[in-house]
Amino acid sequence: MKDNLYNYLLGIADNSLILGQRMGELCGHGPSLETDIACTNISLDLFGQVRSYFQYAAKIAGDGRTEDDIAMLRKEREYKNVLLVEQPNTNFAYTIGRQFLFDVYHLAFLSELQKSKDLTLSAIANKCIKEVSYHERFSSDWVKRLGDGTEESKGKMQEAINDLWTYTDELFHQTKVDKAMVIEGIGVDVTKLKESYYRQVSELLEEATLQIPESKYFQKGGKEGIHTEHLGYILAELQYMQRAYPNMEW
Amino acid sequence: MTSTQQNIDKELIGILEQVSDPEIPVLSIMDMGVVRSAVIINDVVKVEITPTYSGCPAMDVIGDDIKKALKDAGYESDIDLILHPAWTTDWITPRGRKALEDYGIAAPLDAEADKDVLLNGKRMVKCTNCGSQNTRLVSQFGSTACKAQFQCDDCQEPFDYFKCLK
Repeated sequence: MKDNLYNYLLGIADNSLILGQRMGELCGHGPSLETDIACTNISLDLFGQVRSYFQYAAKIAGDGRTEDDIAMLRKEREYKNVLLVEQPNTNFAYTIGRQFLFDVYHLAFLSELQKSKDLTLSAIANKCIKEVSYHERFSSDWVKRLGDGTEESKGKMQEAINDLWTYTDELFHQTKVDKAMVIEGIGVDVTKLKESYYRQVSELLEEATLQIPESKYFQKGGKEGIHTEHLGYILAELQYMQRAYPNMEW
Repeated sequence: MTSTQQNIDKELIGILEQVSDPEIPVLSIMDMGVVRSAVIINDVVKVEITPTYSGCPAMDVIGDDIKKALKDAGYESDIDLILHPAWTTDWITPRGRKALEDYGIAAPLDAEADKDVLLNGKRMVKCTNCGSQNTRLVSQFGSTACKAQFQCDDCQEPFDYFKCLK
């Protein structure tokens, strides 16, 4: 039970951690000052959420590990984030597409997590959902703007959605830990979110005058620790300071 | 709802009011509503604070500043960060709203109006410089997580708007 809860927390937190790191990469590199600030603000929100989860996880582990140890000192296979969030910032359309495809899921997930029997988890969800609904507004807004924009922006947005689509199904894949937590009334049954997710995403894509991808071939593995090649590079950057100067603090 | 009420020992109020948000120095943490309780138990002050936004980097500083202010007043203290009930802009006091405006940050509108200005481009946020409502959203995100960027189309002043959070 304790192990399951610990691992369940990592699964949720790692999504925010890796996506936060990806968004943080745009600091100083956003296409405009406003979008630069937006992406880094989103990153900051996500990191804040991660801290709440990892502080709780550290308490559950109860073996002296801190939130920083959990964030910084695991190996690639021990990260349980979905493949979607580790995909690179190929161009701004990919950044927005990834954010949008995750935000719609994240919002539905947190809305259910608020009902968790675990009071700490439900409090965190209740806090995060306010921030995430703002992220979702931002990312949907941009999908519409780029999709229903110029020929070039439309082409790029469509390409990003087509490429990222293959990682969406994994969001609704249940691990053993997920199933155990659902039975306990602590976790969210993600399989139940799938239908409304694809409906919402499709509606927005239509509004953005984009095609809904038809591909039925999906990638998965991140939740089990089997990642795309990108995660290693993200961790190399994320963990550099702690690996080079062990135990350093601000 | 009792859960949203603050529980603060009277003798501590004056001390806590001297602590301000490091990013908005004119605003005391009391007027911001981040102190949820402060009670003296066995000579130690137990303080509960709640973050405005999860990632707000000011929270660690606020915790340290509270500890220091209490220590200067002769109290030892324990600071706890609590998440529930989640902070809302409704907890900013009228005095806090006034301090924000004087400082050049437009205070949050109610939830409906907030949606209208941030999503539908309505012009309702009052310019902190000239008071005109002929203002427009420049960026949904601003200099900190809690703010959005606006500009006045009358006096041209750019300013921050404190987003409504409910």
